[in-house]
Amino acid sequence: MKGLSLFVAGAAGEGIQTIGDVVARCFLGHGYPVFVSQEFESRIRGGNSSVRIRVADEPRNAPTESADILLAVNAEALDFYRPSLREGGLLISPGEPGEDAAHVQIPFLEFAVEHGGAKLYANAVAAGALCASVGLPFSVLEGVLTEAFASKGEETVHANAAAAKAGFDVAMTQLKNVGTDKIPPRKNRYVFASPHETIPIAAAAVGCRFIAAYPMSPSTGIITAFTRHPELGVFAEQAEDEIAAINMSLGASAAGARVMTATSGGGFALMVEAVSLAGMIETPIVIVLAQRPGPATGLPTRTAQEDLLFALRAGHGEFPKVLLAPSDPQSAIDATVRAFDLADRYQLPVILLTDQFLADSRFSLERLVLPEGLPEPHFANPSTIEDYARYRLTEDGISPRLYFGQSKHLVVLDSDEHTETGHITESLDRVRPAMVEKRLEKGRRLKLEMSPPDSDGVDGADLVLIGWGSTKGAIDEAVSRLRADGRRIGSLHFTELWPLPDLDLPEDARYWTIEGNATGQFAHLLESEAGLRIEGKIGRYDGLPLDAETILEELS
Amino acid sequence: MTTIEDYRSDVANQWCPGCPNYGILAALQRALVDLTLAPHEVCLVSGIGQAAKLPHYLRVNIFNGLHGRAIPAAIGIHVAHPQMKTIVTSGDGDLYGEGGNHLLHAFRRNPDITVVIHNNQIYALTKGQAAPTTPRGERTRLQFDGVEVDPTRMLATAIIHDCTFIARGFAGEIEGLAEILKRAIEHPGLSLVEVIQPCITWGNHPVEWYRERIDPIGEDHDPTDRARAISLALRAPDRFATGILYELPPRPTFAASYRERIGHGPLAALHPVDRSILNAHIERMTVSV
Repeated sequence: MKGLSLFVAGAAGEGIQTIGDVVARCFLGHGYPVFVSQEFESRIRGGNSSVRIRVADEPRNAPTESADILLAVNAEALDFYRPSLREGGLLISPGEPGEDAAHVQIPFLEFAVEHGGAKLYANAVAAGALCASVGLPFSVLEGVLTEAFASKGEETVHANAAAAKAGFDVAMTQLKNVGTDKIPPRKNRYVFASPHETIPIAAAAVGCRFIAAYPMSPSTGIITAFTRHPELGVFAEQAEDEIAAINMSLGASAAGARVMTATSGGGFALMVEAVSLAGMIETPIVIVLAQRPGPATGLPTRTAQEDLLFALRAGHGEFPKVLLAPSDPQSAIDATVRAFDLADRYQLPVILLTDQFLADSRFSLERLVLPEGLPEPHFANPSTIEDYARYRLTEDGISPRLYFGQSKHLVVLDSDEHTETGHITESLDRVRPAMVEKRLEKGRRLKLEMSPPDSDGVDGADLVLIGWGSTKGAIDEAVSRLRADGRRIGSLHFTELWPLPDLDLPEDARYWTIEGNATGQFAHLLESEAGLRIEGKIGRYDGLPLDAETILEELS
Repeated sequence: MTTIEDYRSDVANQWCPGCPNYGILAALQRALVDLTLAPHEVCLVSGIGQAAKLPHYLRVNIFNGLHGRAIPAAIGIHVAHPQMKTIVTSGDGDLYGEGGNHLLHAFRRNPDITVVIHNNQIYALTKGQAAPTTPRGERTRLQFDGVEVDPTRMLATAIIHDCTFIARGFAGEIEGLAEILKRAIEHPGLSLVEVIQPCITWGNHPVEWYRERIDPIGEDHDPTDRARAISLALRAPDRFATGILYELPPRPTFAASYRERIGHGPLAALHPVDRSILNAHIERMTVSV
């Protein structure tokens, strides 16, 4: 089949997520990979929002801003999203869509009452019309609806199916003039997940037992995964604020638990003092920083990559930390496992930078792999220690770590500058410089083991596009389209951002960065830390995810 | 057998000579010995301030964290290692001021920790500014014309929230304070002990002024009498009722239901969750034909 982009648009509370989810599952059940992203306003009812589904023979896990089919459940959404419809596209709506586009007109609510018996079946009518329009057989939709509503009883299943059939049939009738190709069924199976769904699983796998967090979009799904799934075995507490959240987590970490917290920019700002505390008391913690546009409250439900340098510099004083930025559900698993491992081995805070796009988008992957041989927590063996000192000076700066109550050895942690035994000190000539050096040495060692970026076609390229985190899908798509036009394009994509790994790059290529911010934060880092000359910066900062079209327009 | 020697720290003390904090230190040491707790079974948690230095002067596990954040850290320790006797020792500025929000929510959570508030009615480490407990009208090194706001009434607030153990002691009466601390540490759930600790350097009144205003609660006080407990608590800052103001039968402690599911040892000693559970999650994400 040819690739398709479907927009389901409406107001918050009108069920567009349900329509989108049902249609996505129809494609998946039929053997085709879908990518579903969402953009919505920060409100519970009303406004304009859309669910965007991309489907093709192979996964296309990247956002797009043009629709082949626009299904708008109300007139305002039709007007608002109509500019997204590509030329020759199809409109599906209850109202009169006008003369200038092919359209299917179905009064969803009236059909729902007539065929299902209640207005709430309008979503099924819409899903039926959409399935007919893309050429999916009705039996596939019927199967998805049956599975989705089985728990609500036979009556609900029948009502949904009847409403869906009515939508499907009337669309088929009206589409006679347009014509649709039938999509053949395939046996392919896909994992359909968002990175914020895989991070909690990876965390549980690696032995995380504690999360304290304060609800904040777009990070809330992380803690919710643990309360929704108690079998993951992770204690989850909604803290009174982000300050409590991170301090609780650090207390639990000091007492031996693998811990994490999750927040967004504003909440992370409140955590910053304790990020510095983690650096000082050398206590591991993994922090998911799900970015959204700022400053201040910014755009709560939109996406951005604006907190890179903030996260990098978060915390007063000088101490090492790690920044990782996954780009899809698999790299979210890998980065989470890596985050806990580095946090434990180097006894420091690790920040996982995600964003609203990663939180709210579901990707199709052929498989999802949970690594075997997950890392140990790296506690010292108390029986081999005679006189224990929590901050014993060592060559690599890493001291033997015990937790409270692990043995009879006493563990002393202090936010003040401290001696090797952890007690407050003002020994400026001997202890202080040694402790500063000890902490910084960990960062130097860490830099040597940071992974290089994913590199694709950099040697011999005229132009190399550089990205980090969530923009990978969009950049990959832009690169392949440019190559199809005969351009010599390479790409570098960073998951491990800090400490910045050493780079060995060809000098004759031109380097452009592509980021979800206005100032080119990663470009700044590459220039100042790696001495790389960045010739051009593409930034998107309107709150929507970077897509291939935008990148190509900026490049031309 | 645990002795006073076991708890003796060789860290040089930074308190002013003659500070009533020494009385709190001695009382706590005595309570821990009387309870036959070994040093490795105890974790002292503090924030920042002169009082918050107390943990360093005992040989125990220590989490000396950020200003105002001792309580959340202690809650985390309690969840991760419930057998650890976790005791917060910090000042009124730290626990009622900077970290007041956490104390309010600790009342709701009822973690099995003890919170000892050194109340000297002044900021000492920063040299004499008003504390949240400084009485209206008293002059300080920042409020030169006198404090223009009312003092917090945290003990009464704790009673309103049915915190199940609330007591007040006096740093000048070590024996009585040690008895209160023993009862508090043994109490399952959150126990709160406010200790009147005159500041001999920055305070507005000498120790004797406080001693004259200490009212030991009589034997006839019923510690479940909420209304009387509140009225006793509200005598401050003019007079200070000492003893156990309020005590209720224990109620479920924080993380109890999680512990019922998962077991009662330290979280660090648990095996990672079974692989089949995780694989089932991934399988659920896989949409079948």
